[in-house]
Amino acid sequence: MIINNQNKQQKYSLFSIIKNSFSNHQNWNKAWRNPSPKKNYDAVIVGGGGHGLASAYYLASIHGIKNIAVIEKGWIGGGNTGRNTTIIRSNYLWDESAAIYEHSLKLWEGLTQELNFNIMFSQRGVLTIAHSEHELKEMSRRVHAIKLNGIDSDILNPQEIKKFVPTINIDQNIRYPVMGGFLQQRGGTARHDAVAWGYARAADSYGVDIIQNCEVHNILCNKDKVVGIDTNQGRINTSKLGVVVAGHSSVLADKVGIRLPIQSRPLQALVSEPIKPILDTVIMSNAVHMYISQSDKGEMVLGAGVDKYNSYAQKGSFPVTQHMIASAIELFPILSRLRMLRHWGGIVDTCPDASPIISKTDIKGLYFNCGWGTGGFKATPGSGHVFADLIAKDEPNSISKPFSLNRFEDGLLIDEHGAAGVAH
Amino acid sequence: MLNIDCPYCGLRNETEFSCGGEAHITRPVSNNLLSKKEWSEYLFSRHNPKGVFLERWVHTSGCRKWFNIVRNTMTNEIYETYKIGTKPKSLTGKEAYKNNWRRHTKAETNKVEKNNVKK
Repeated sequence: MIINNQNKQQKYSLFSIIKNSFSNHQNWNKAWRNPSPKKNYDAVIVGGGGHGLASAYYLASIHGIKNIAVIEKGWIGGGNTGRNTTIIRSNYLWDESAAIYEHSLKLWEGLTQELNFNIMFSQRGVLTIAHSEHELKEMSRRVHAIKLNGIDSDILNPQEIKKFVPTINIDQNIRYPVMGGFLQQRGGTARHDAVAWGYARAADSYGVDIIQNCEVHNILCNKDKVVGIDTNQGRINTSKLGVVVAGHSSVLADKVGIRLPIQSRPLQALVSEPIKPILDTVIMSNAVHMYISQSDKGEMVLGAGVDKYNSYAQKGSFPVTQHMIASAIELFPILSRLRMLRHWGGIVDTCPDASPIISKTDIKGLYFNCGWGTGGFKATPGSGHVFADLIAKDEPNSISKPFSLNRFEDGLLIDEHGAAGVAH
Repeated sequence: MLNIDCPYCGLRNETEFSCGGEAHITRPVSNNLLSKKEWSEYLFSRHNPKGVFLERWVHTSGCRKWFNIVRNTMTNEIYETYKIGTKPKSLTGKEAYKNNWRRHTKAETNKVEKNNVKK
């Protein structure tokens, strides 16, 4: 499987746990090496988040490119990959989105086995609630469209919702009554850190160099061709450069004069103190404007919309936090005494049509994978898979083609503001 | 939390305002002379700097007037607020205005051509 002669990885299994227990677990290999950058690589991925590591993994495992580096400014999975609400689903409205998110969900379903790393993928269902007659009608329209694309999706009535989520209040005399909802049972959550670590370990076993604490200062071009990058660890030469840096995409694009339609906004998430299990699914609400789930440790994980102005400050504004908590209490009054443990503000790359950009550029060998905005985590495997294909072949495949930068010139936008869960 | 100095109402809380994104985007005067790419730059491409940014805000829960702000997106420091239709006066704001890539796009530099067409 992912074992080759270059970097021997022990296979994680019950047998290897027993075997290592005889040596008091002192002889486990490091999950990935910590190499210094070489002078030349066949391909370089900038950004060691989930998408970047997945891209490197698929480049190595499917396309046979072995001389790859992943360049990360901080530590792998230390950005938005480790700061999100870990929701996975594929119930998007438009065919183009359905194709990429469903491709991703199918990869999630076999990812723990493929990577030999427990990513704790839990298909606990994602339930989106409607609070008005109009919302419910709009929802059934969307459910039918989603079903036509072969994606599981079902409308539930309030009684069915109560059975599925016993803690929810379905009284019709409250401010935002639960009128119904739609459920994607195959959706759920995964442990975000494990996704980064799993991809990193698997990529490393193919010989991919994961270089941390390495910041890219400049992209070097010769005429209209990429020749390398300038980093704080020196110059690295490559003819294929994939940039997967989420909120900082515009900063790197600016170095080579590429104009992106992206705005960088903070997206906040909150985690409470751990409590007994009360919620074994993911609840989303567009009208109340929040989403909530409970982690395996028992913490309530909440998220809402993005801040309303551009920022790279990695902290959200207080009114948005306040709104998020107010919404959570509106939906689950039992949370009102809960104390919040951690609070994050990750910088997300929002696009005008709330759809990602997976694209070649005017510069040969320079590829961008960005614009995932508030919903990139769920797409991690699929995004990496199609981006690797684009980098290896220099041509988009049928899934990534609609997400090219050209769509902003041709007017072929993929407007997912409605189906993207919460407003942007 | 930002405290924003509305040029009409004075210092008020962030929650009273709405942000309208990049300021000083000039509508191309001769759009039939623009290529698809240039037109898309006007419609969709947005300056997104990590640093000084000129942006439009509206005092939604106040005077409901639009105005511009010079703000640092790293520190959230606001250098200056100024009325719509005017240019920034602070040194930081002037520099940011001058260095924006949009100043060199055809949408803005086309103005001369348009005058020629009129003649």
